Amino acid sequence: MIRLQRVKKLYRTERVETTALDNINLSIEEGEFVSIMGPSGCGKSTLLNLIGLLDEPSEGSVEFDGEKVGDYGDRALARLRNQRVGFIFQQFHLVSDLSVADNVEIPLLYRRLSHRERRRLAHAALDRVGLSSRTLHFPSQLSGGQQQRVAIARAIVGRPRVLLADEPTGNLDSQMGEEVMAILEGFNQGDKTTVVMVTHDRRLADRTQRVVRLFDGRQVS
Amino acid sequence: MLISHLKMGAKVLLRRKFFTFISLFAISLTLLVLLVATAMLDSILAPRAPETRAARTLGIYRLGFEGPHTGHEGPVGYAFLDRYARHLQRVETIALFTEQQGAVSYVAGRKITSYLKRTDGEFWRILDFDFVEGGPFTAADELQANPVAVINQSTRRRFFGAAPALGRPFAIDGQSFRVVGVVRDVPIVRIVPFADVWVPISTAKSSTYKHEALGNFMAILLARSRRDLPAIQAEFRSRLAHAESPDPRLYTRIAGGADTSFEALARLLFASRENDAHAGRLRAALLTAMAMFMLLPTLNLININLSRILDRAAEIGVRKAFGASSWALVGQFLIENLVLTLLGGALGLALAGPVLAALNRSGLVPYAQFGLNLRVFAYGLAIAVFFGLLSGVYPAWKMSRLQPARALSGRSS
Repeated sequence: MIRLQRVKKLYRTERVETTALDNINLSIEEGEFVSIMGPSGCGKSTLLNLIGLLDEPSEGSVEFDGEKVGDYGDRALARLRNQRVGFIFQQFHLVSDLSVADNVEIPLLYRRLSHRERRRLAHAALDRVGLSSRTLHFPSQLSGGQQQRVAIARAIVGRPRVLLADEPTGNLDSQMGEEVMAILEGFNQGDKTTVVMVTHDRRLADRTQRVVRLFDGRQVS
Repeated sequence: MLISHLKMGAKVLLRRKFFTFISLFAISLTLLVLLVATAMLDSILAPRAPETRAARTLGIYRLGFEGPHTGHEGPVGYAFLDRYARHLQRVETIALFTEQQGAVSYVAGRKITSYLKRTDGEFWRILDFDFVEGGPFTAADELQANPVAVINQSTRRRFFGAAPALGRPFAIDGQSFRVVGVVRDVPIVRIVPFADVWVPISTAKSSTYKHEALGNFMAILLARSRRDLPAIQAEFRSRLAHAESPDPRLYTRIAGGADTSFEALARLLFASRENDAHAGRLRAALLTAMAMFMLLPTLNLININLSRILDRAAEIGVRKAFGASSWALVGQFLIENLVLTLLGGALGLALAGPVLAALNRSGLVPYAQFGLNLRVFAYGLAIAVFFGLLSGVYPAWKMSRLQPARALSGRSS
């Protein structure tokens, strides 16, 4: 489903060139639950950004459903992200000025859907993460675990085929982290949604089907 | 989507209230000044009583007389207009009249200075004055030099107090007249109809004007249709090209034209001694002045908008991650900025009413009737939208260019 070949990512400033990722070859099949592990600064989030088409490789290619996306323009990439990918971030990244329901609706704003249909889908997504009673609340009125569940609802509301989670439990205590992990497992097993998760937590990684290990930008397993 | 953007725009404005206050203050002040200027221009140029037929009216107000050593630009003589402006094809009728001139009267030992204009009978057919008493004098009055006058309401008050003036005699500029009509005051900015007192041309103290090529006369031409205006202008230009010089030793070339009110304003402002009134130049000058006036507030708003991007980097990253294209974000930000400028425009509009009323009361412009109307509102709306786009496009573009991965990490560059 997703294939990275000889991917390299460099960050250049005026004086320094930093290699964030080097010669990454990775295939992720439909329905897999893959975790990416490694020490801080090893390039985990960079790799996730490349898989999620949020960033472009300096070298190598990224394929999505057999199509190389290197030549895609801004609009085509945006459409691909909108239709097929859902993101979950460590810092949740909820828009503080918007209500829970409005936050969840964000991916649907970029589809041709009526307001009523968007609301219906947002409520259904919130229902799946157990927050249907909080639609009118604002993020600041929720606990960290609840905020992450809203973020998950936002990620799944458009029924993407891939969920990309960047340390989704990193800002949560263990109980809330467990809840979030259980939700992700539910989507993977119940909906056959492909999940790629960056994590520091070995116990969580062990619950996934495959672990990709990085060290200093290189893939070590 | 629009509702969502509007909602977001409102939230963002409330997020940093001081920035919003500064922005709104600058926008409303800018739009207030532009609205007042627009209302003043509207008062000068828009077709309104008595110039309700302005759309098919042309005026010969000023001509340029050029010679090898000297030049003259201004109104012309009765004889010149009588010879070259009459009987143009496609013209329904023509009226000749003088520039208004200060004229003195004494009422009960009190000196009163009024603006006096001498006109023919057709003047009252082309212009649509609002009579509160009586009616206009006629072509027959002009022919027989009848000492009759039309006065405005303010003059009636000065001469006769609150009493009706119809049929009553009064003296002005050493001559006696009888009032045949009283009209509503016309602002001084409406150059053609404006005066305090109108009397027949033929009542002039001397008849020498009939033979003068240079003088203080003007003419207005009423076309059968507004489509005929270009042909009439061309015909008059052609006549001017062959017109006899009033003094061949001094002037060898006569330039000018039959102008629309906007062209006339351009000719007056640029003192054009050419056939071209430079209406295009005036249009460009007005737009440039507007743009220059908007420049500082626009830069200020651009700066504030750019700093708002810093606040919103993560939100922009999220929107991009979930499928917003750069154009979608440009659209969103422009809508948000338009909300702000339209809000500022509404405030400016609310303030413009009292400011214009104060200007009218101040007496700075005699009989000023500056006010807001649908046309001024439409211009104000257009200016606010233009301002919103001008101040929003660059920040919106900058915002849309944010790389999503960097934006999500909170970096805005």
